[in-house]
Amino acid sequence: MTPLPDATRLCEQLAAQIKPRLRPDTALVGIHSGGAWVADYLHRALGLATALGSLDVAFYRDDYGSRGLHPRPQKSGIPFDVNDRHIILVDDVLYTGRTTRAALNELFDYGRPGCIELAVLADRGERQLPIAPAYCAWVLEERLPAGSKLSLRRGEHGELSLELKHA
Amino acid sequence: MLNPQLSADGRLKHLITLDGLPRGVLTEILDIAAPFTEVAAREVKKVPLLRGKSVFNVFFENSTRTRTTFEIAAKRLSADVINLNVATSSTNKGETLLDTVDNLCAMGADMFVMRHASSGAPYLLAQHLRNTGRDHISVVNAGDGRHAHPTQGLLDMYTIRHYKQDFTRLTVAVVGDVLHSRVARSEIAALTTLGVPEVRVIGPKTLLPSDVERMGVRVFHDMNEGLRGVDVIMMLRLQNERMQGALLPSSQEYFKFYGLTEEKLALATKDAIVLHPGPMNRGVEIDSAVADGDHAVILPQVTFGIAVRMAVMSMLAAGN
Amino acid sequence: MNIHIANGRLIDPANKVDALQDLFIQGDRVVALGTPPQGFVPDRVIDASGLVVAPGLVDLSARLREPGFEHKATLESEMQAAMAGGVTSLACPPDTDPVLDEPGLVEMLCFRAKKLNCAHVYPVGALTTRLEGRRLTEMAELVEAGCVAFGQANTPIADTQVLLRAMQYAATFGFRVWLQPIDPHLARGGVAHDGEVASRLGLTGIPVEAETIALETCLSLARLTGVKLHITRISSAAALESIERARAGGLDVSCDVAAHHLHLCDMDLGYFDPQCHVVPPLRSQRDRAALRAGLAAGRIDAVCSDHTPVDDDGKQAPFAEAEPGMTGLELLLPLVVKWAQEDRVPLADALARVTARAAAIMGITRGGHLGVGARADVVIFDASAEQRFTRERIRSQGKNTPFLGLPLPGVVRHTLVEGRVMYDA
Repeated sequence: MTPLPDATRLCEQLAAQIKPRLRPDTALVGIHSGGAWVADYLHRALGLATALGSLDVAFYRDDYGSRGLHPRPQKSGIPFDVNDRHIILVDDVLYTGRTTRAALNELFDYGRPGCIELAVLADRGERQLPIAPAYCAWVLEERLPAGSKLSLRRGEHGELSLELKHA
Repeated sequence: MLNPQLSADGRLKHLITLDGLPRGVLTEILDIAAPFTEVAAREVKKVPLLRGKSVFNVFFENSTRTRTTFEIAAKRLSADVINLNVATSSTNKGETLLDTVDNLCAMGADMFVMRHASSGAPYLLAQHLRNTGRDHISVVNAGDGRHAHPTQGLLDMYTIRHYKQDFTRLTVAVVGDVLHSRVARSEIAALTTLGVPEVRVIGPKTLLPSDVERMGVRVFHDMNEGLRGVDVIMMLRLQNERMQGALLPSSQEYFKFYGLTEEKLALATKDAIVLHPGPMNRGVEIDSAVADGDHAVILPQVTFGIAVRMAVMSMLAAGN
Repeated sequence: MNIHIANGRLIDPANKVDALQDLFIQGDRVVALGTPPQGFVPDRVIDASGLVVAPGLVDLSARLREPGFEHKATLESEMQAAMAGGVTSLACPPDTDPVLDEPGLVEMLCFRAKKLNCAHVYPVGALTTRLEGRRLTEMAELVEAGCVAFGQANTPIADTQVLLRAMQYAATFGFRVWLQPIDPHLARGGVAHDGEVASRLGLTGIPVEAETIALETCLSLARLTGVKLHITRISSAAALESIERARAGGLDVSCDVAAHHLHLCDMDLGYFDPQCHVVPPLRSQRDRAALRAGLAAGRIDAVCSDHTPVDDDGKQAPFAEAEPGMTGLELLLPLVVKWAQEDRVPLADALARVTARAAAIMGITRGGHLGVGARADVVIFDASAEQRFTRERIRSQGKNTPFLGLPLPGVVRHTLVEGRVMYDA
């Protein structure tokens, strides 16, 4: 297996993709936890005026019935009016699409956004829902083995890195 | 003896009392309640966790206020809520508690929120559900006799943690009719479990239960002495029917010696907070100036109460 | 019918017998011990090797629920329970419906019991009509109808003047008065021992003083009237001390304890187990220890089952609303044997508390011992074998006991009443 790409590099690429399509009212919303870190990077890199939002989709997950409540849910925070706004939802790794769906549902409970786009650091494929990113820094060419988990880590000093765990 | 509230793997199955619940479980409930406080600030004050679940509020004793907070909590979790005031319906016609419950089970209940005038009634219900193979249904005690009112105890703990952060440095006083109070019992159990080093109870001997000190509290009969240096004052409601008779001579005399006034409040630390489970008897256990003053956190209690009840219900529904 | 009970350990406390000795029964009587009488040809030989042969138990309190509560139990069901428990004589308290306050009711009960031909039933008549504590009953007529004593069951007489008059009247005829010491005011609304457990569970407590105050009243009035007083179901160390003080002052008073009070205390309420709702309430560990020691020392005269069958509907309610009482006829022997084993009380001493001593309190001379000429009421049991009671195994209609599923010693093998084998395990 080839080594995983550098996460900071991917963030830079993602920022470069987004930059030309920013609007004056664009707001970023990161999905807890990896997506929130990426959104935090993008927010600073792009110098956005609108405050950064974050979502913990624990209360919206579709596997609550079978897997129970996520042990330590965080407060969601959308510090701006979502109505009619251009929102870019940010996540670290896009996989089945279920987290994105949960986030969309939660976002609509804050109001009616004008437009929502999806930005992800990595897309590992194998979607189970009709969801596609508008911005993506790295598309995996091969399927990962079943049960493996690709996720973003954040070190003590805020440095980001990708991590692949096999089942 | 196995704690009937916990499943074999230690998860919360029913919430009947805080007495005997491990500290980790109490802390977990408070942690989960925190993100729920934010839901109330949204345009749609609802999350879909309990979508398709039926929560039955079964109140064998009337209480509009408590029932409403449970109803709001369940509705904000997207559950279907059915309210039953059994106090006024069939049980008066000779139907037993368990008959009523069997009927409601047949209507597809997933969770019972029960209030009952008899201590221990929710245990009977939980045991009956187990005996009849309906283990998937959980029970939330919304107050049973003088025994317990666990969600009130939890929301009080949430409130204290919100304002004071660390339980292990606090002196807390519980004031008033401890004898008849399920709230007091739940508060004392939670405070001692969460590591509060000094829990005091203050009241006349007629309103304190026997051997109350065995619950891990210091007893004061003189309120001025008992309030000295406390960080948290938890007032209890004095029921109307206790205000005169063999327990107390009059509400006026009670207020004079055990009512919380600004003068008495001044004996506590300067940033002390005052809690009350409501509804308040102004001029009996608490002076209006205190109830409406800067130290009172009585309205935040109500707000936190909804988040705490959402947390409890979502944990129970997940555990089952 | 001639019966030879062979190879058993005969324990007859009344006659101070505890030895390997055969017992010979002819008709309804014991005819010989050790060696058979001349020309004795047994129709049946019961091999009691390894078993204890003792007088059938005498139970000072067993509610048969007739008349009035036949949905909870009937004479038939409870007599079967008595036989399975080795209880051959029992006193039944007057709290039936209607109350045992009229000679006709008592006669009917005795007649019904006699027809069943099982345990001997000795009714305790009501001291006041309908147990209301206002008017005296026709005690002399009730005795003629079959009553052996007078009492109030769990309903105390609040009016001390009535209590005084009742004792005076009973003393006039030399009748026995059995009283349960309960101060009705201090006990009002109470369902559990007033202490840490009740406080924690939020149950209304009954202080020990509800027992001792009423007890002191009873003892004072007994001194005044000279009535033959027996105190039923003491529950606390303080009550026992009161009785000891009265005895030291010269009063002749006896007392008993319920078998479950020897083994349970308020901690056993656990998570509101309604099976532990009893009158008087289960008290503290310290009280339980005092009752056990007092019984061993003979300061408590007798143990009874306080048998109270309650149907499931009566128990499936929150603790305070659940009907009080435990089923006990089949548990009396196991609980007494268990106490004796745990506290190293000689088995003969332990059995005295449920045979000879109990018979003396009841004033019956024909039961409770196995001397030559005595009524052949016999229980044969295995003291060391263990059993676990289940709902199915309990013959009483009341399955209400917290002892279900627990290993208990003292397994009854045979019960004989007047020389007839009524129970064979």
